[in-house]
Amino acid sequence: MTAAQPLLPPDPLVEVRGVSKVFVGRRGASVEALRPIDLEIGRGEFLAVVGPSGCGKSTLLSIVAGLVPASAGEVLIDGAPIEGPYSRLGIVFQKDLLLEWRSVLDNVLIQAEVRRMDMVEARVRARRLLHLVGLEGFERNYPSELSGGMRQRVAICRALLHDPPLLLMDEPFAALDAITRDQMCLDLLSIWSERRQTVLFITHSIPEAVFLADRVAVMSPRPGAFTDVLEVGLERPRRLAVRETEGFTRHSGRIRELFEAQGILREART
Amino acid sequence: MNGASRRPAALGALYPVVAVIVVLALWQGAVTLFDINVALLPAPGQVLSALIGSRAALVPYSEVTLVEILVGFGLGVVIGVPLGALIVFSDPVRRAVYPLLVASQMVPKVAIAPVFVVWFGTGLPSKFLVAFLISFFPIVISTALGMGSADPDMVRLLRSMGAGRLFVFTRLRLPAALPSIFAGLKVAMSLAVVGAIVGEFVAANSGLGYFLLFANGQVDTPAVFAGLVVLTAIGVVLYFLVEVVERLVVPAPLRRRAEESTATM
Repeated sequence: MTAAQPLLPPDPLVEVRGVSKVFVGRRGASVEALRPIDLEIGRGEFLAVVGPSGCGKSTLLSIVAGLVPASAGEVLIDGAPIEGPYSRLGIVFQKDLLLEWRSVLDNVLIQAEVRRMDMVEARVRARRLLHLVGLEGFERNYPSELSGGMRQRVAICRALLHDPPLLLMDEPFAALDAITRDQMCLDLLSIWSERRQTVLFITHSIPEAVFLADRVAVMSPRPGAFTDVLEVGLERPRRLAVRETEGFTRHSGRIRELFEAQGILREART
Repeated sequence: MNGASRRPAALGALYPVVAVIVVLALWQGAVTLFDINVALLPAPGQVLSALIGSRAALVPYSEVTLVEILVGFGLGVVIGVPLGALIVFSDPVRRAVYPLLVASQMVPKVAIAPVFVVWFGTGLPSKFLVAFLISFFPIVISTALGMGSADPDMVRLLRSMGAGRLFVFTRLRLPAALPSIFAGLKVAMSLAVVGAIVGEFVAANSGLGYFLLFANGQVDTPAVFAGLVVLTAIGVVLYFLVEVVERLVVPAPLRRRAEESTATM
């Protein structure tokens, strides 16, 4: 059951159609960051994009968010083309991007301030989210008093405050240690299982992608393009032990082979 | 949080007091011991009596100089902070204004003060304009530096939430810039004192700078020292006032970060 062709979800929330990106440098020299790519993310689907550093996967996420214009092609969300920053989504970056002078609670609530949400309701929801990620009792603390993992949890709460249908995550756990990362993956899945948001998750970790996602899109080095899209049929809810199963290693092995074929991974010369 | 590492406040305040008393005692002892001419170096006691003897002149003159300092510094803040912000936000403004700004700082203030006297007379304006000219530059630079320090990814995140430029400015750029702005304000405050005195040195008939020149002309060294004491006191008080405002305005985590970064210098 090696899925070679991109499987099209029946009811896509996000449609990426022939999107490419060329950056024009200072002296007119242009750098091709993304080759024209097509991608559909189904409603409630968890899609991971895995690729080497600098392959343009973050650029893809910025284009979907409407923060960076595509050089060609278009992105449709809910059937409507994206022009300018799209705000019915939550974003989590690798950096937690917390405001040092705001308490944990106020950092989450900035989402409500921008959107002019009802602050009383927002506060209740923020507390509930913080409780969900194990940060109850830290509402009044400043970010500088938290660990890296806790800070990123605050960033996730902030991204979810307005209950967005779409969640974009750009290597959110890349700066964390391995054990914290495992815990964050588990927590993310438990939050996701409640609401089943549509998730676009960018990572360069093969096991992370396979563990989290319904489908994994594998990207080539720059200029980035999808070399394959794998369907991960692993049962949910997933436990860490799933990583030792045969199904899991078959998927991660397949991605490794793709990377080796691209020359991204090489065996040591003997 | 870090109360354990902090000394009791009362004990901390003791160190500077002891240091000042020791210096004064050494000074008094040296003048008495070596029988130094009062025109060369008056003893602290003589300075104190000059301070009391000249209070009829010193009090109103202090007032004059204080007003010059505050108006000059105030203008520096009112013009410097918006200009610093504008430099960050508008490329044309930055390109147009920056060379003028640097040039205005290269003109020696002592040299331009007489021109101000010609333009504005010997009164208040020619003094506070020197104080303004000398103090607004660090305010502009520190504001521009602070406003530019906001994380561009944070700006992108806020934009993706749907935030406009004003929101990004009030919730991100301005708070992020506050520690830097206050660092500039402290420098500017001490420079404003210098500016007011420079202005008075050139042409004045009142103020502490005038008092200093007059006493110096009379070879009344104790009075010169008395004037310096008053001037120093004004400068120190104003500096601490800026610090008090900083404590009220700048949120605690940002102050801590600024203190840590200066501690490592």
